Amino acid sequence: MNTTRKEKTSFVYVTYIRSTPEKVFEAITKPEVTRRYWGHENVSEWRPGADWQHVRTDAQRTVNLVGKVVEVAPPTRLVITWASPAQAADPDSISRVSFDIVPYDDMVRLTVTHEELEAGSGMATGIQHGWPIVLSSLKSLLETGQGIDVFAKPKSA
Amino acid sequence: MDADKVFKALGDPTRRQLLDLLYERNGQTLGELCEHLDMARQSTTQHLGILEAANLVSTVWRGREKLHFINPVPLQEVYERWVRKFERQRLGLLHDLKKELEGKSE
Repeated sequence: MNTTRKEKTSFVYVTYIRSTPEKVFEAITKPEVTRRYWGHENVSEWRPGADWQHVRTDAQRTVNLVGKVVEVAPPTRLVITWASPAQAADPDSISRVSFDIVPYDDMVRLTVTHEELEAGSGMATGIQHGWPIVLSSLKSLLETGQGIDVFAKPKSA
Repeated sequence: MDADKVFKALGDPTRRQLLDLLYERNGQTLGELCEHLDMARQSTTQHLGILEAANLVSTVWRGREKLHFINPVPLQEVYERWVRKFERQRLGLLHDLKKELEGKSE
């Protein structure tokens, strides 16, 4: 490992959803859908080079993540960069997320690949906790019409 | 995707160890995983196949290397289905008890 670049880590999350690629793509890019399972709205024009923001769906409307759209190919692929607003100017803190959507039997296989994360960073820890919950909530919404509470905490917290 | 496959995949110490190894360091090759296991490469491949079929492990090709990643999404689904439901029920009971006890002083 060289000393100028920090060590990077990546994660690959896969879920199978009884739905169509169009609906899954929409569920990632349409604010009125993301708010129903993610507690946030993904706001962007969804063209390469455009900004995107991850806005908490509450009275404060806090922007919790920002990035750029890298690649958009509805309904099969979306690539975005990903950073907390406070670290968006630091290249080392910018990671990349790819969504790949492929039909699989009567389902859709959604793969979320989160790369270029700084190993051991708060962001790496956060997404490891977050993605399984968000993806299982997305699956639940598309299959049953009901998301899960992504902010739920054990009662001791 | 299939709860039976998830539980079956988890019902084996070697496969749980493989998941632990990937949790410690994600994206390992078969060779790297074998270094920590006292078993034939072929058996490890079989265990990884069962984990992959249960969607607990996903794989990505980087050049000639096949990297294995832990995929905890099915575990989250098991948690939602088998753990959180009962937590909620317990919370509900506590809430009723609290209302009952606090209600008396109002």
